[in-house]
Amino acid sequence: MNGHPSLAEFATGYGLKQSAARPPLGSYIRQLWQRRHFIWAFASAKNIAMYTESRLGQVWQVLTPLLNATVYYLIFGLLLNTSRGLPHNTFIPFLVTGVFLFTFTQRSVNSGAKSVGDNLSLIRALHFPRASLPLAYTIIELQQLLVSMVVLFAIVLGFGEPLSLNWLLLVPVLIMQLTFNVGISLAMARVGAFNRDIQQLLPFVLRTWLYFSGIIYSLSGLMKSSKIHDHPWIGHILEANPAYVYVELSRLALLDSYRGYVHQKLNESTVHLWWYGVAWAVVMFLVGFWFFFRAEERYGRG
Amino acid sequence: MADAVKEKRKVSEEPVHSAPPVTIDRTRDPIVVVDDLHIIYRVYGAGGKGNAASAFARVLRRDHRPTMKEVHAIRGLSFVAYKGDAIGVIGTNGSGKSTLLKAIAGLLPPESGGVYTAGQPSLLGVNAALMNDLTGERNIVLGCLAMGMTPEQVKSKYDEIVKFAGLKEGFIQLPMRAYSSGMGSRLRFAIAASKSHDVLLIDEALATGDAKFRRKSAKKIDELRAEAGAVFLVAHQLDSIREMCNRVLWVDEGRLMMDGDTDTVVDAYIEATGK
Repeated sequence: MNGHPSLAEFATGYGLKQSAARPPLGSYIRQLWQRRHFIWAFASAKNIAMYTESRLGQVWQVLTPLLNATVYYLIFGLLLNTSRGLPHNTFIPFLVTGVFLFTFTQRSVNSGAKSVGDNLSLIRALHFPRASLPLAYTIIELQQLLVSMVVLFAIVLGFGEPLSLNWLLLVPVLIMQLTFNVGISLAMARVGAFNRDIQQLLPFVLRTWLYFSGIIYSLSGLMKSSKIHDHPWIGHILEANPAYVYVELSRLALLDSYRGYVHQKLNESTVHLWWYGVAWAVVMFLVGFWFFFRAEERYGRG
Repeated sequence: MADAVKEKRKVSEEPVHSAPPVTIDRTRDPIVVVDDLHIIYRVYGAGGKGNAASAFARVLRRDHRPTMKEVHAIRGLSFVAYKGDAIGVIGTNGSGKSTLLKAIAGLLPPESGGVYTAGQPSLLGVNAALMNDLTGERNIVLGCLAMGMTPEQVKSKYDEIVKFAGLKEGFIQLPMRAYSSGMGSRLRFAIAASKSHDVLLIDEALATGDAKFRRKSAKKIDELRAEAGAVFLVAHQLDSIREMCNRVLWVDEGRLMMDGDTDTVVDAYIEATGK
């Protein structure tokens, strides 16, 4: 620092740029857009490579969420009976929808936290906007979700839910959830890059989140029937939880009988959930992107 | 942690700076300027007994980040490289040559000081982007995209890469883990060399494969060098440095020992190390 102050001036005088400096936001976004093909190819490649060691290969993409749903059904559906007044034929599609969609967010958080640390060699060898990594990892999760969606549709139809135009509402819900997931994955990527301990802690945080999000029980049903009814503010807080919002909106889109149960039997309006959904997606995406971008030049130091 | 850094820097400044002062040649266009660069690596998981009890004891003693060690790899290095330079970087193992290249490429953030460049310096190498479980075909596409090519560019380069790698019939459709080490490194080099760069940084270990491929890759590097604004070459083979470079930096313990024309520096290096 005290060595050659003139050297830096000399360099900038000739229009040289600092090679490890963070580009301005505009050109960063442009670079990221130029890398979209790499992001997609990287995600697909990871997805293919993930299962090459196992004999069943890509079949696990379907089997894993299916087994997960089975486990939750055995414990919460049969043993603990958390269905709380939901008819049996509604509860299973209700549970499976919840588990699949929550898994999408859960895995995005998990893989986002690892995305920088697991790719240090890549970061130290090649030049690219680092946000490509958490983005690619969210794309991996999206690709997996789309596969498990096929299973989900089969289960939902199998339990006698009708195929209706309401299903189209799932598209905006998934877009909102994807946007939210990208944001939270970017934020977790920065946190995970500089605090390795977070990966040991995340499973507990995520499991707690799962139990609070009304995945294995109906939160609207719970709010009507338990002590929470006397303290409506608890209900309002639980309802604003993004994981709950996206899961609930998907259920309302997909499950005709559940929609009837919430609207008619509980007499609840669900319009405000859409506002929550949009707000969470926009805010999380902007905050996450900005937060990640602010440390761009420091990733890779270890 | 900040204290530790300060302490380290104090230690590093104690020895006499034997490096020559940087002279600036105003008649030539600079392309890379390195200004009093310091690089510190942080390595996790070093030291400690590695059991829960000792880790807990460390937490109780309030040792912050007990398993982290700092490595001060580059300690105040300065030089100016000009357009058309082919610069060799020599030094013993662990002297900081590869770290210097990564810092020029902007891949390792400096602790203090700075690296200024015209255009984007790039390391020759895509190994990190390739995946062993994927076929050669997919790896070519992935590697090229990782280097920043567009899908159209990848398509136009694809055949050239396959031909250059000279793989046996059918191997391009097999996963790369089925390749012999020679075949793998040939394909990796072919992918890496398919793109031209503003400032090209070449790390050693290029001398892979059989004699024929080595000649082929030397020729390819010459081509790349002609297209690039400047080239940095790290190598232990002093012959290839003498052959390719017009200027040499001798790096030792993260400091610049000597900076000058090839023969002078290489001769002094040979004398000092007794090679």
